[in-house]
Order: sequence, then C-alpha cells, then structure tokens
Amino acid sequence: MNQRPPRAYSYYPGCSLMATNRAYDVSTRSVARALGIEMTELDDWNCCGATAYMPIREKRSCVLSARNLAIAEKQGRELATVCNACYVVLRKTNKCMAENAELRGEIRRALQAGGMDYGGTVRVRHFLDIVVNELGEEEIRARLKHPLGGLKVACYSGCQLSRPFDDTDHPEFPELMDRLAGWLGAEAVPFPMSAKCCGGMSMTTHPETGRVLTGKILAVAKQRGADCVATACPLCQVNLEAYQDQVSDAAGADCRIPVLYFTQLMGIAFGLGSKDLALGDSLTPVEALFAEKVGN
Amino acid sequence: MTTAAAKRLGEEFLEAIYAIPQGERINECIQCGTCSASCPSSAAMEYSPREIVASLRAGMLERVLNANTVWLCVSCYSCSVRCPAGIPFTDVMYELKRLEAEKGVSKEASGATMAKAFAETVDRYGRNAEVELLRKYYLRTKPLAALAQVSLALKLFFRGRLHLFPRKVRGLDELRKMMATIPENGTP
Repeated sequence: MNQRPPRAYSYYPGCSLMATNRAYDVSTRSVARALGIEMTELDDWNCCGATAYMPIREKRSCVLSARNLAIAEKQGRELATVCNACYVVLRKTNKCMAENAELRGEIRRALQAGGMDYGGTVRVRHFLDIVVNELGEEEIRARLKHPLGGLKVACYSGCQLSRPFDDTDHPEFPELMDRLAGWLGAEAVPFPMSAKCCGGMSMTTHPETGRVLTGKILAVAKQRGADCVATACPLCQVNLEAYQDQVSDAAGADCRIPVLYFTQLMGIAFGLGSKDLALGDSLTPVEALFAEKVGN
Repeated sequence: MTTAAAKRLGEEFLEAIYAIPQGERINECIQCGTCSASCPSSAAMEYSPREIVASLRAGMLERVLNANTVWLCVSCYSCSVRCPAGIPFTDVMYELKRLEAEKGVSKEASGATMAKAFAETVDRYGRNAEVELLRKYYLRTKPLAALAQVSLALKLFFRGRLHLFPRKVRGLDELRKMMATIPENGTP
C-alpha cells in the first residue's frame, strides 16, 4: 500500500479567527479534516503583532511573532496560517532574525527571559499554498462531491499573501486561488483586482479612503460577472462583506455581492454541511447563492 | 524647526532606515514616482511616497510628519515590490509611523490612535480583543462615529461574531518578561 507522506502542521489561527472571523477557523478545520491534513493548534499562541503593533514598537512586535515561532519549533512542524497579516508578519520576523545578527541576539535574549528560545528553523505556510502546492489537483478533485457547476468566482487574494515576498504567488497577478477554484468546478473570472489592497484598517481609521479601495474591488467583481468573491484573509473578508451599502454609495456602482472564504468554497464543493463551514455567519447571502447554484 | 533640528531629524530617520534590511537603498531613489503611482492611498496623501524621499533630501521631513500622510499607508507592499531601486518603502513608512507616533505631530492622528490602542490591548491580553480595541479607538477619536457602527455590531453579535470577554494568553507573565527586556520609545 502506498503510504502518503504525513501531512501534519502546527496551526496558527490568529486573533480575528477567534471572534469576528470564526467562520474562517471553522471552515479551515473542517476542510483540513476532509483532506486528511492534521492541523494541531499552536499551544497558547499570542497575537503576531499584525500591521498595527509594528509602527509603535518594532522590536517588541518581532518578539510577539518570535514567541509563536518558538512554540512551533518545539512542536517540530511547519506553521500553517490562513490570515494574510499573520502570514506576512511571521515571515518578516523570520527574515529579520535571519539577516540581522544583532536583532536576532536581542530577540533570543528576550525569549530566554521568558523561558523560550528560537533557532530560526520554522517554515511558515499559508493554508492556500498547502492545498494547492502540497495536495494539488488530483487530490482536490478526488474529494469533490458537489462540483461548483461553473459558478463564477472573483478570486481575491489580498495584498499580503504575495507581497512583499514573491515566493508564494505572483505579487501582482496571483493565481493560486484561481487554479483551486477551477479544480472545484468553478470558473475564476479574470480579476485584475486580486492583489489590490482592500484598505485594511483604513476602513475604520480613514473610511472615506477605505470605501474607495473596497468599492473598486467589488465593482470590478460585479462587472466581470462574478457570482461571488472568495477571500484568503480575515480583514479583507470583513471589509468586503460588511460595508457594501456605504461602499456602493461611495463607488457610485452596485457593490452588493456574496463574499466568502476560499475554505468555505472548498467545503461546499466537498459536500460539507452549512454548519461545518459556518455559512450562517456571513453578512452577505452566501447560503442563498449556493442553494440556488449548486443545490447544496 | 531650526536647520540644526531638521538635520538631526533627518539623521535620526536615516539611521533607523539603515537598520532595515536593504534600507540603505533609499539613497538610490531616482524620483521616478513608481511608488506614488502604485500606492492605493497616495491620492489622499498630502505628500506622496516619492515626495517623502524628496522632502528627506531637502531637509523637510518634518513637513511630512505634520501632514496627513504617514498613517494613510495601508501596508500593501505595492511600492516595495515595484520600486526599480529596490527600496523597501513600506518599511520606510513604518519608520515614519514610529517617528510620528513618538512625536505626535500629525494633524491626522486616527491611525496613530488605532495603532496605540491595538498595542495596549495586545500588551494587556497577549492577543487582540476587537470589542475593547474599537471601544478605545472610537472614545479617543470620534465617539459619535461609533453610533454608525451599532447596526453592524448587532449583526455581528447575533451571529456570535463578537466576543465581549477577551481570553488572556496563559503565558502572559512570561510574555511580559520577554517584552520588558527590550526598551523602545514609549514603552512602559
């Protein structure tokens, strides 16, 4: 019998997946289970620092990320996350520690003061990268129960999945999610906004700017005839789903469209139930769309 | 600002930039404007990314800090990946944010208030707590604007998407010991 290589990761959900974006956590765990990927939650993880801690205190922000990496190193597995911000900040900490010996020394001494240490060996992965590059087309297709029947999806990767590091996906025109959508039986519409920024925190701090950025993304998705937008980042998801009325006003175009995580899209195609994917958490009519389109 | 003070500010800034991987490349800027054209929020900035480097060279960095510019950066790294001189410009913006947060001179402080409230919340629990973060942010900036968020908050609440009682990290004491070894501006 062919033994598949063990697929086991330490899983870093990140803060927003505990509350506002818990559907991303629920659907990620369900999809991983269906695919036989073992995801063990990182024990007692803390905030990665995200984009908001770093502009206040740079080195302490690295300590936050390094503590998570230290825990993962002890568990001896690659660290999987589904949040673009966590992904970029954890990787940035790895890079800064690898390239700057002085900083590495400071961060390690900080960790040691709390009884930990980090040798720099943990590889950080995005779950989208894992399902596309580690599993691949054959394994995904083998799991299909309800192929998505040509559902038109605008695949929105967000900015921090492929930037600033360009080794995961193309920094301007990402394609990982488009390929995945095709394997699920959906049609990825040509979507040039895939790596444009949703506005991030500016939706709260500078709403007039945030609405313009989100508006462009949603309006183009509608123009391209998409039935829904799929996301790979919790903050993108909230920005795209929660303000569609205000954004439509700001953009002068109808921006109302269902928005869901790529993991939910996978789960639907795998025939998982609505509860396993927390579809009811959505602020947009995601359940209605799938009742109509794929009879899920 | 006196000429001497402006010079000191520029030097302080450059020293911090040189500590960033590839930070010294800021000297290679050819003022092509690719960063400004790539920046999704430069249209709203009083000084665009290209103008920031021009201001630095002219000894006028203070004007940039005073303007609305630095906190409009959304950290999307578009400028960084496109810069033909290889300048990690998003990290340059982080450095400007740190300088601004320390001096508190920008006329547009909502971004700084958000970042400070975020850092306080994470320092307190070891994780972010969204309800507390937003409460702090709106109380300190625009309490009335919070009213416009009530209907969204209710929608999230009834879907179980708001946690009113944050969970602390178990190893919070150890985490605090780690953080305390690193003195940085504005740290307790």
